[in-house]
Amino acid sequence: MDFSDTHEEAAFRAEAKAFLASSAEPKGGTFETWQSRFPDYEGLARAKDFQKKKAEAGFAALSWPKEWGGRGLSPIYQVIYAQEETRYLVPRGYFEIGLGMCIPTLFTYATEEQKRRYAPPALRGEEVWCQLFSEPGAGSDLAGLRTRAVRDGDHWVINGQKIWTSGAHWADMAILVTRSDPKVPKHKGLTFFFLSMKSPGIETRRIKQISGQSHFNEVYFTDLRIPDSQRLGAVGQGWGVAITTLMNERLTSGDYRGPDFDEIFSLARTVRLDGDPAIRNSAVRERLADFYVKSQGVRWSRFRTMTALSRGETPGPENSIGKLVNAAKGQDIASYAMDLMDMGGMVMDHDWAPMRAAFQEALLSSPGSRIAAGTDEILRNIIAERVLGLPGDVRVDRELPFEDLPTSKR
Amino acid sequence: MNFDFSPDQKALRDQARKFLGEHASSTRVRRILDTDAPYDTLLWQGMAEMGWTGTAIPESYGGAGFGHLELCVLAEEMGRCVAPAPFASTVYLATEALLLAGSEAQKRRWFPRVAAGEAIGCFALAEGPEAPAIESLGTMAQGGALTGTKAPVLDGDVANFAVVAARDGDGVSLYLADLSATGVTRAALKTVDPTRSVARITFTSTPAEPLGEPGAGAALIERLFDRAAVLVAFEQVGGGQAALEMARDYAMGRFAFGRPIASFQAIKHKLADMYVAVELARSNAYYGAWALSTDAPELPVAAAAARVSASEAYFHAAKENIQTHGGMGFTWEFDCHLHYRRAKLLGLLLGGVPRWKDLLIARLEARADAAAPAASPA
Repeated sequence: MDFSDTHEEAAFRAEAKAFLASSAEPKGGTFETWQSRFPDYEGLARAKDFQKKKAEAGFAALSWPKEWGGRGLSPIYQVIYAQEETRYLVPRGYFEIGLGMCIPTLFTYATEEQKRRYAPPALRGEEVWCQLFSEPGAGSDLAGLRTRAVRDGDHWVINGQKIWTSGAHWADMAILVTRSDPKVPKHKGLTFFFLSMKSPGIETRRIKQISGQSHFNEVYFTDLRIPDSQRLGAVGQGWGVAITTLMNERLTSGDYRGPDFDEIFSLARTVRLDGDPAIRNSAVRERLADFYVKSQGVRWSRFRTMTALSRGETPGPENSIGKLVNAAKGQDIASYAMDLMDMGGMVMDHDWAPMRAAFQEALLSSPGSRIAAGTDEILRNIIAERVLGLPGDVRVDRELPFEDLPTSKR
Repeated sequence: MNFDFSPDQKALRDQARKFLGEHASSTRVRRILDTDAPYDTLLWQGMAEMGWTGTAIPESYGGAGFGHLELCVLAEEMGRCVAPAPFASTVYLATEALLLAGSEAQKRRWFPRVAAGEAIGCFALAEGPEAPAIESLGTMAQGGALTGTKAPVLDGDVANFAVVAARDGDGVSLYLADLSATGVTRAALKTVDPTRSVARITFTSTPAEPLGEPGAGAALIERLFDRAAVLVAFEQVGGGQAALEMARDYAMGRFAFGRPIASFQAIKHKLADMYVAVELARSNAYYGAWALSTDAPELPVAAAAARVSASEAYFHAAKENIQTHGGMGFTWEFDCHLHYRRAKLLGLLLGGVPRWKDLLIARLEARADAAAPAASPA
C-alpha cells in the first residue's frame, strides 16, 4: 500500500499544477465558489474565457479522443486534475454536462460532420450545452416522460415540458429525449435528438430553490421543429441513447459540497456549551466521531476507487456510496452545527453567523443534494441491484402500452 | 496510487479462505458452540502449521517474518468464518505486546512456541464489568510477584502466558507471567459468544517479569490497543461482509407474497445500508492497515476511526441479518446468531465504542492543537 502517483501520473500532476498556477487564482476561503464571486452571466462570460485557456492547454476534456482535442486519458487523470483544482477558484457547473454527457453521446451517435461542427466549440466553451431529460412526471422514472415528438416530413414537431434543466437559460445547444410512440411500452417509444436552444418554440423559466439560488429551469416546447438529421439513434431507440448519456453522468455528476467534519469540528472547539467549548461535552464528542468516521470512510473509499482507475480497471457502482453518504451527512452536519450555535443558529446573516453562514446555507442546499443526480432511494436500489445482485422490483409498467399506464392525479 | 493489497497478499487471502472453508466451517464452529470445549484445537494446530500464528514474528524467532498487512488479510478471513480459535488474544495482543516491549530473552522464550502453535497468550487488563481505570488497578506487582484478580481475560482459561497490567512502585506497568507458575487460579466464565472463551484469573504472589519500561504501562496499553484495533477491525469487516452475504442469499431464496423478499425495497434498502456500512468500515480499516504497516504517526487516529467504524458496521450487519431472516433468524439452528454474538464480543474486546469515540476526538483535538497551537476563535 502506498499513496504515491505512478511516474506518468506525477508528470501529469506537475503539468496540471503549473497550468493552474499560471491561469487561475487561489480560493479566498474554503467555501468560495466561482458563482459566489461572479454573479450569473458575468460568471458565464468569465467561465468561457477560462475554458478557452483550459482547452488550449489540453485540460478541457482529458478522456476525449486526441483527434477531438482530448488526451485519451483514463479517468484517474480527471481525478488528479480535480484534486489539483480544489485549491483554486475555477468555474464549475458550466461545461461539465456538455463535455461529459452531451458531446460523448454525439461521439457515439452523430455523423462525422456533426461531430466536427459541435465538438470543438463545446471544448473551447464557445457553445454551452444542456440536457433536456427530466419532466414534472418523470424524474427517477425517466422513461415515463411525455414530451411528444410527432414526425412531419423531414422534421419532428415537439410539444411538452422539461424540468430541472441545469443551465438551460444560457445554453446554446441541448440534447433531448422525447416520446415518439405512446402506443408501445414506455421504454420502446422514445426518440433522442439534439437541437439549438435558440430554435423558435422554446421558452425557459428559472426555478428558485429553497436556498434562494436558481441552478435549474423549466423548459417548455410549443411546436418546436427539429430536423430529422438531428436525431441520435433510431426512432424508438431513445432509451438506449439516454442510457449512454447517463453512464457518462456517473463520472461527471458533482458530489455534495458543503461544510464537512473539519468545519463542525472547528466550530465545536470554538462555541461554548455550559461555559466550556462545546467539544468538551460527551454527547457532542460522540456525534463528531460519527461524522468523522463517515467522512473518512468515504475519503478512503475514493482512494480505493482511484487505485482501480489507476490500474485501468473500471470502478463499479460502489462509487454511488459517496454521494449517498455525503449528501445525508452534509444535511446532518448542517443541522447539528446550528444546534451547537443554539439560538444563534437561526441567523443566516453572512457577517454575523460563524463561517459566513456556511452551515445555514448547507441546511437549505443539502435537501437538493439528496435528490439531484439520483435520489437516496434510487442509489440504494442501484447498490441493491447492481452491487448485491438483488432482483429488480416487480414492474407493472413494462409490457403495457405507455398511454394505458396510470398516472399521477393533478 | 496503490491503496490495495498486493497480488501476493490476495493469494494468501484465497489460500486462507480455502483452508478456513474446510477447517472452520459452520459445522466445526458449532462443535465449539455446542460443547464446553474452549476452542478448536485442530483448527489452531492447522493455523500454526500454515504459519499464521507467527505471521508478524521475525524469522529469527521462528516466525514467518511477514508484515502486518498479511495479518490484516488473515484477520478478515477469520472474521468471515467466526473462527473458534485463540488468535486475537495470542497474536494481536500477547505477540504484539512482546514485539512492542519484550526483551530479547522474553521473545526467545515465547515466540518460537507461539509460532509453532504450542503456546497461547492472553492480555489481562479488566477487573470487572466496567471500563478499566488504568491508574487505579487493583492488581499489584511487588518484588517480582503479582497479586490480584483479572476478569474478563479473553482465552485466559487456555493461555500459557499472560501479559498483565498491574500497579507497582512506578505507577502502572506491564508484566509477563507464565500461567503454569505458582499462585495462578483460573475459572472459565460463560460468555455471550461461546465460540470464544473468557476467564477470571486470580494471581496470588505469582512470579512475573516486567515487560517494557517500569511505569510505562498506560502508554504501552494505548499503543498495543491501537495495533490490535486495526487487526480486529479486519475481523469485523470480514464478519460484516459474511453477515451481509448471508442476508442477501436468504432474501434471494425466500419467497413471500409470491416473490423473493429480495425484490421488496424494504429489504433492498436494508441490504444497501448494510453494504454501505461495511464498505465505509473496510475503507477505514484499509487506512488503519496502511498506518500500522508503515508505523505512521497517523496510526492513533486511523486505528480509533477503524475501531469505531468496524465495530458499528459489524453489529449493524449482524442484527439486520437476523431481521432479514425473520423467525428463522433467531433460532439456534441458523447461523445468524454466530455473527450477532461475535459482533458484540469483538466490539467489546478492546473496550466499547463510546470510549473509542471519545478517544478519537481527543486525538483529533491533540492533532489540531499541534498543527495550530494558538488557534483563535473564527
